[in-house]
Amino acid sequence: MAQIFSYILHKDGALDDTALELAAAAKKIDASANPTAIVVGSGDGLDAVCTKVAASYGEVWKVANEAITYPDAEMIRKVLVNILPAESIVLIAHEHFGMDLAPGLSIKLDSALATDVVAIEGADGATLKLVRQEFGGAVSAHVTCDAAQGAVLTLRPGSFGADESQSAGGTVVDKSSEAGDLTAQRKYLEVVEAEAGDVDITKSEVLVSCGRGIEDEENLEIAFDLAKAMGADVSCSRPIVDAKWLPKARQVGTSGQTVKPKVYMACGISGSFQHMGGIKGNPFIIAINKNPKAPIFQVADVGIVADILEFLPELTEKIEEL
Amino acid sequence: MEILVCVKRVPDTSENEIELNSAGNDIDRDDLVYSVNEWDNYAVEEALQIVDKVGGSVTVVSVGDEETEEVLRREMAMGAEKGLLLSDDAFEEADGRGIATALKAAVDKGNYDLILTGAQADDGAGQVGGMLAAMLDVPFASLVNTIEVDGDKLKVGREIEGGNQEMHEVSLPCVLSIQTGINEPRYVGIRGIRKVASVEIPTMGAGDLGLDVPAAKVKRLDYFLPDMGEGAEMLEGSTEEIIDKLVELLKAKGGLK
Ligand SMILES: Cc1cc2nc3c(=O)[nH]c(=O)nc-3n(C[C@H](O)[C@H](O)[C@H](O)COP(=O)(O)OP(=O)(O)OC[C@H]3O[C@@H](n4cnc5c(N)ncnc54)[C@H](O)[C@@H]3O)c2cc1C
Ligand SMILES: Nc1ncnc2c1ncn2[C@@H]1O[C@H](COP(=O)(O)O)[C@@H](O)[C@H]1O
Repeated sequence: MAQIFSYILHKDGALDDTALELAAAAKKIDASANPTAIVVGSGDGLDAVCTKVAASYGEVWKVANEAITYPDAEMIRKVLVNILPAESIVLIAHEHFGMDLAPGLSIKLDSALATDVVAIEGADGATLKLVRQEFGGAVSAHVTCDAAQGAVLTLRPGSFGADESQSAGGTVVDKSSEAGDLTAQRKYLEVVEAEAGDVDITKSEVLVSCGRGIEDEENLEIAFDLAKAMGADVSCSRPIVDAKWLPKARQVGTSGQTVKPKVYMACGISGSFQHMGGIKGNPFIIAINKNPKAPIFQVADVGIVADILEFLPELTEKIEEL
Repeated sequence: MEILVCVKRVPDTSENEIELNSAGNDIDRDDLVYSVNEWDNYAVEEALQIVDKVGGSVTVVSVGDEETEEVLRREMAMGAEKGLLLSDDAFEEADGRGIATALKAAVDKGNYDLILTGAQADDGAGQVGGMLAAMLDVPFASLVNTIEVDGDKLKVGREIEGGNQEMHEVSLPCVLSIQTGINEPRYVGIRGIRKVASVEIPTMGAGDLGLDVPAAKVKRLDYFLPDMGEGAEMLEGSTEEIIDKLVELLKAKGGLK
């Protein structure tokens, strides 16, 4: 079996949750796998990060480089191409950094690429058996990936239980001198923080959240009416923000806000992982959707098959009568 | 600026509910309505807006079959000057790398300063743009939600977590994958489509492009519906009964204040 590597995401000295998920995923490829973690960065905190990672990985490759003050995918791709042995299997979290890094990396390593993998069913020789989702999670697909010349896999955050055993007692190997030339034609400038909105949905206890099923900007009123009757705030999915019907600060999801309400009422939302990824703290989720097969019904606590344009006003009326 | 936008014809999920067929191994393809991938439509709009500001022209390219022409024409009705269809049996079994290989050959035949793709398409892969950039050896940025032209450089913003934006300076030529919401794509009416109905769209096959499509390393075997355990408790009955049950649940869970 090829050597398996996990690219570790870390920020301000803390490991991303996916660091331990990738370790668990490696074991799904090969139960006896002893994956190697790769930690890239700069500054004083990097050694502490490596020590934390070594609790879960038998070997940690550290690449310290002053040029890498920010995890810039174009630069880090160069590091990886320089340090990885041929035919490696590389595991990366499927989020904005992984999406920036993985496709180009697979070309430069001349290896296969499978993205947004949600499950690994094992390996048959050099053929990996994977599960992906398509059409926003409406259907799943079995996929084979020929890893004979290596493979880059991006794994959906939260899909692989974290390996919490912390028993690896790994060693840190300094690979900094092998990083090579990192000059890139893309130059990182800065991160611009999102503007605050009129309401802070991250503090809301009850959210009425609308998705593309609301169909029209004018219809948002029925969501606001319901929210008012319930004492809730209105949040939304991404298409509502893309259409400029509501400000970005009301968007729930991986590229929006992370909310932790007690009750989350999803109205006309299909339940994509990028949306659900912004809902934390295990709230009571009510899904209202006209499609009985909408993926959101798999993750909600309570489901109602209805047209929200008719159902929400009736619900509002009933609550107002209470 | 000469801009190439890569567009894909995909089942329109706002028109169809994607479901399994009766054999349970593929999606039900009867009566599927197709359209342009949502992300690609934003990419075409962005290209048109850039050309409006700095001059140049927009070409749309797609790897697909003859029915894909309709999608190219729709994007040309938005204002793209030229269309190019890459069509060959050899592309049908291609994986993302194969598609990127075909697109690279088309790029090599032109003279483009900027190449745009969508951030992802119907299969949620998000791979073709980054692969294409690496094959061309030009810089890449994914999930782009702002572009400012500054001479032979661009200032681009990538959408990261929490609505934050990661800013980069990128030299041209480059490949960018475009995130939804970057602009408000213009509306295309029947009249617009009629106007471009007779514009010639050249088709090129693997031979014309002088290329060997690499064998797919990643293959989809089948579609299925995973067993997700219990799922939601579905409230049933008349609307009135459902609302009564829901109100009780809301009270119990702290959903009413
Ligand atoms: C990198 C990246 C980051 C992303 N980040 C986010 C994010 O932070 N947040 C986010 O939400 N998305 C995000 N997305 C987009 C995400 O993939 C989905 O496209 C999006 O969540 C879909 O929103 P939706 O459920 O409202 O729309 P759809 O998926 O179109 O679903 C609409 C639903 O409404 C139902 N419906 C339609 N009409 C009615 C009606 N009258 N009554 C009842 N039901 C109705 C339909 O059956 C359907 O289930 C991201 C995507 C990418 C690529
Ligand atoms: N068959 C195709 N023809 C042209 N462009 C494509 C094709 N498939 C994918 N793309 C481009 O690559 C982007 C990402 O698609 P994917 O990597 O398949 O998720 C799409 O938004 C398109 O811009």
